[in-house]
Amino acid sequence: MKHTLSVMVENNPGVLARVAGLFSRRGFNIDSLAVGRTENPRVSRMTIVVEGDDTTLEQVNKQLHKLVDVIKISDLTKDAYVDRELVMIKVFAEPSERAEIMQLVDIFRARIVDVGPKTLTIEVTGNEGKIDAFELSLRSFGIKELVRTGKIAMLRGYKTSTKNNNYKEEEVS
Amino acid sequence: MQSNVTKKVLRSRKGNVRKRKKETSEAQLSGAEILLRSLVDEGVETIFGYPGGQALPIYDALYDSKINHILCRHEQGAAHAADGYARATGRPGVCLATSGPGATNLVTGIANAFMDSVPMVAITGQVPQSLLGRDSFQEADITGITLPITKHSYLVRDTSELAQTVKEAIYIATTGRPGPVLIDLPKDVSSSLAEYRRADKMNLPGYRPVLDADPVQVQEAARAIIQSRRPVIYAGGGVVISGAHEELLRIAELLMAPVCNTLLGLGGFPGDHPLSLGMVGMHGTKYANFAISECDLLIAVGARFDDRVTGNVETFAPEARIIHIDIDPAEIGKNVRVDIPVVGDVKRVLGQLLEILKPGLAEAWRDKILAWKKEYPLTYCEKDCLKPQAIIREICRQTEGKARITTEVGQHQMWTAHYYTFTKPRSFITSGGLGTMGYGLPAAIGVQVGCPDELVFDIAGDGSIQMNIQELCTAVNYELPVNVAILNNGYLGMVRQWQEFFYNRRYSHSELLNPDFIKLAEAYGAEGIRVKRPAELAPAIEQAINSSKPVMLDFIVDREENVLPMVPPGGALNKMLE
Repeated sequence: MKHTLSVMVENNPGVLARVAGLFSRRGFNIDSLAVGRTENPRVSRMTIVVEGDDTTLEQVNKQLHKLVDVIKISDLTKDAYVDRELVMIKVFAEPSERAEIMQLVDIFRARIVDVGPKTLTIEVTGNEGKIDAFELSLRSFGIKELVRTGKIAMLRGYKTSTKNNNYKEEEVS
Repeated sequence: MQSNVTKKVLRSRKGNVRKRKKETSEAQLSGAEILLRSLVDEGVETIFGYPGGQALPIYDALYDSKINHILCRHEQGAAHAADGYARATGRPGVCLATSGPGATNLVTGIANAFMDSVPMVAITGQVPQSLLGRDSFQEADITGITLPITKHSYLVRDTSELAQTVKEAIYIATTGRPGPVLIDLPKDVSSSLAEYRRADKMNLPGYRPVLDADPVQVQEAARAIIQSRRPVIYAGGGVVISGAHEELLRIAELLMAPVCNTLLGLGGFPGDHPLSLGMVGMHGTKYANFAISECDLLIAVGARFDDRVTGNVETFAPEARIIHIDIDPAEIGKNVRVDIPVVGDVKRVLGQLLEILKPGLAEAWRDKILAWKKEYPLTYCEKDCLKPQAIIREICRQTEGKARITTEVGQHQMWTAHYYTFTKPRSFITSGGLGTMGYGLPAAIGVQVGCPDELVFDIAGDGSIQMNIQELCTAVNYELPVNVAILNNGYLGMVRQWQEFFYNRRYSHSELLNPDFIKLAEAYGAEGIRVKRPAELAPAIEQAINSSKPVMLDFIVDREENVLPMVPPGGALNKMLE
């Protein structure tokens, strides 16, 4: 099963290498990893999508906790959360096809961010399902290039995963 | 050591210069001076190291520091010496090397400390920041290289951060599950000036080791223990590290539960105690392995279910519920299923348990195990040649089991585990997890520096000893009277044994041509004693113990003796070769 982990880390040099290295040497599979600063400039947040059974997830969680730079880990999958991914797609677009493509862009609430003589560059955000569907619908025109940011996610409602609380084991079970 | 006199004169002269310099620049110190001041303020007395270009500012500051610096003959030796010092004393071991090859030579030593949870701080020189990342002379990305084998690491970017870094490094290395921490120090950071302010607070929001266990888990463990009729305690290095040996002894006696040790756990429970089963696992005693295979409750204390202990995990302790007490939550359930996890400092958890436990009902079980101990003792066949086991026994007899013993890795290490009766924690110092040949001699040096009044033996093989033999010079240089007992069979004995058992006696590259160890010892300025016959054994050991010099004993032993019993790799513990 896929889990979306929110990992708060100290914004120190090398922290990404520590996390990435841990996943590779312990043989955990990363589906996607997105990292950026939070509202606190000393803290970065990594959103890691990892595939594995409960035992694997428990080890991922515990091993991550052993990294001194890791402040907090939450498995968002256990709660209600929203996730988004930003994708840019450069699609072949002959003048005759443009109208059809623009219609699709409208339907998916995407945006055209660049127009070239033979291509359109489209940005779309959404969850994985929506993005997959959009990609599929553009495939027939010919996708020249595609880039995805990886998933970022947040808990719904008042709750956050940013606050420091004391380390407890049960965050992933 | 005539040079000491001149050095002292030079030192006082240089001290004057230094004083004048300090008056002009107020409280500004160089990064190197801040480093040493911070180490002293954290209680560090000794550093094991080796100088080089990018470490020169640090070595210059060492020249008039009160820190005792031991010059090893190879950086790996310095790392192992710091490791041995830490294991013997419980205080952090500090090693120091220059950038590039100096730093990479520390790598094996750091990995060794990491695998065996040894508190160590490794300090490396680094090229100046302006040259970082340009493949400069003697540049190596040592923080990158050591990422998977350090508990944490720092590349210090600013001299003003140094005091804080040192404090944090020592704190991280010594608390929780101990481990090595690396501080990489670019030359511009160690030579520029800053004000020294002793760091007072730690700023580590992500580092909070759990020391006190959840009382609910402790209660549950106690309930399982009280219900058990056939308990076995499986005690590892964590008992030694946390100083829980007294609590362990009280619990074992209260429950009448037999105790088996891992290699690193030896000494954590008195080996001469009736409830002691000695070592468990691949080269464990028969009775220890039988006990694991038949117990109904396994109480793992500060141990990590290494494959050398469990053999095949499917057949490991098949009838038992498992309680796992460990400070590192990541060890719980890593290798075997655990029924009752208790995360906390072993000493505290055992203390908590002692408050609620009642005397055990394992009398019948204890008697069964005592009978096994009588029926299946460790044995070897006495012949009219030097038996390696007999040598260990004799060293044990003459030192009354009270010496500090280090080993290299291989057959001699297992025989030491079998035939030396360790009764005190921190008396057996050996490379368990990484299995580093060449560990024992430099570790013995570190042990002797940490415990100057104690008798130190490195029990070695003729293969292993040659991996860091240069450190004999360090021992001579600092007048450290370590004794090296080489069990010389002219083979890489453990490799040969595996080739005999599992590769049709095809002894591929395991036979060794050796130097004359006596002449070698003498060339270094140590004493050499060769022993060929059983009758010479006792007097030779006596001579070594009484000598004030480092002594190298070259025991010419039965060449094809095997370490038995043995569980083949991945096998079941109760199916042993003998």
